[in-house]
Amino acid sequence: MTGEVAVLGAGMHPWGKWGRSFVEYGAAAARAALADAGLEWRDIGSVVGADTVRGGYPGYVAGATFAKALGWQGARVASVYAACASGAQAVNTARAQILSGLADVVLVVGADAAPKGFFRPAGGDRPDDPDWLRFRVLGATNPTYFGLYARRRMAVRGDTVEDFAQVKVKNSALGALNPNARYRKRVTAEEVAASAVVADPLRLLDICATSDGGAALVLSSMEFARRHGAGRPVRIRAVSTVTPRYPNTVLDLPDIATDSAVAAEPVSETFRASIARAAYEEAGLGPEDLSLAEVYDLSTALELQWYEDLGLCGQGEGAKLLREGATALGGQIPVNVSGGLASFGEAVPAQAIAQVCELTWQLRQEAGERQVAGARVGITANQGLFGHGSAVIAVR
Amino acid sequence: MSRTRTPVVDGWFADDGDGFRLLGTRCAACSSVFFPREDAHCRNPRCPGGDLEEVPLSRHGRVWSYTDSRYRPPSPYVTDPELPWEPYALIAVELESERMVVLGQAAPGVTVADLTVGMEVEVVAGVLHEDAETIWTTWHWRPAGVRA
Ligand SMILES: [Zn+2]
Repeated sequence: MTGEVAVLGAGMHPWGKWGRSFVEYGAAAARAALADAGLEWRDIGSVVGADTVRGGYPGYVAGATFAKALGWQGARVASVYAACASGAQAVNTARAQILSGLADVVLVVGADAAPKGFFRPAGGDRPDDPDWLRFRVLGATNPTYFGLYARRRMAVRGDTVEDFAQVKVKNSALGALNPNARYRKRVTAEEVAASAVVADPLRLLDICATSDGGAALVLSSMEFARRHGAGRPVRIRAVSTVTPRYPNTVLDLPDIATDSAVAAEPVSETFRASIARAAYEEAGLGPEDLSLAEVYDLSTALELQWYEDLGLCGQGEGAKLLREGATALGGQIPVNVSGGLASFGEAVPAQAIAQVCELTWQLRQEAGERQVAGARVGITANQGLFGHGSAVIAVR
Repeated sequence: MSRTRTPVVDGWFADDGDGFRLLGTRCAACSSVFFPREDAHCRNPRCPGGDLEEVPLSRHGRVWSYTDSRYRPPSPYVTDPELPWEPYALIAVELESERMVVLGQAAPGVTVADLTVGMEVEVVAGVLHEDAETIWTTWHWRPAGVRA
């Protein structure tokens, strides 16, 4: 087992479409996290930024950009990029610095200012870039991949579009309780069914939007936490950042084809399941120990897939778990009590950090109306482009 | 003046006397197949690396899944903004002998209502878009046995 790090502070800038710079959202989230930790910015020994590809050069050097915005104070700096898992890799970089003794207390920040409409690749002709190629050759937007996964589940697992709509109904009801969520209106199954089809079988209300937002965490060594007077802090016990294993036989974004399994037998465990397993192994915990999970519901159907990949139920039983109400607030294993991406929309580099913020508030019993009673152990899970994924396990 | 037919990507498919085929590469050491083609090095981590030879992929496969694009995709997908958007289907096809899934657009006129998971489809020559000088060609998947 790896050592633990303490979560001293969590903070967010509300998600929305605010039309301002990602720097402003990140700095606001950082100040909120510092205030929550009871620390001054000048007390921070290291800052790790999760990069955004949408803010030009300042976005590629997010750590330094946030450090400058908060006022240069000499802290060690790092910036990381891992698509949708950028935020979790920033958490992991901070954790590695703390566990190795390079830093006592680290500020982790991610923020994004999203474009209108579909995510699109960087400009220019780049025929050696799979992300450019899938748009140029196929016009395959992110929602079309979500549509492929959803249709596959319907054919193989027996899920229905009504099941998918119920995920939105559940998450929107929770998002309505979260002041940091962008969408705070409860949605009915009828409203999902009446929304426009974007990528068959998924409709507009099955697919997460792209949002502006910022999230930040203050992490420290357990020793620093004790000295600081944080008697029983939330602790991060595992951060999984594994990659797929060849041959990867699930069509992942942004690929046009899977690997071939002609020469090497694929492992039976999918990439997503391996992300969760690595986190469980590192934490010395299993799905039966969880009080709650925050998963990456880029689409409603993907949330059901995560239930299975996290081991909350058997393969093919995701929709059943939802129908039984197990993943609702008050159920046996509530999922996305924050409201999920359904209620936030994705702010890429901030999203995996926001998931950990929610775990932090839940484990401290500070989540108000959306509190999971007696929450002790939480997991986050996320998957992004180019073989990235993450899972974080936090305990208290 | 006649327009030239140009593949949207060089070396991914060929339409010669043998009919239309997707082109991948195969490792001479471990027989792994790659599409899009790998020409530098085999990506099987258990393989020491062999010569990569061009190989045509199976003409037929079975539908792994399918969807469609009801909204106009962004650039670099090329569309005429003057024309109303016409949705098209995308099909992910499982090739049995290559043991892989290859994504492609459905042939014109094929909609999601025509498709089921597991259905047999074949690869056919298609046109991605046309401009004043060039007809940009691509591959399409089409339910097997259907004639255009
Ligand atoms: Zn090889």
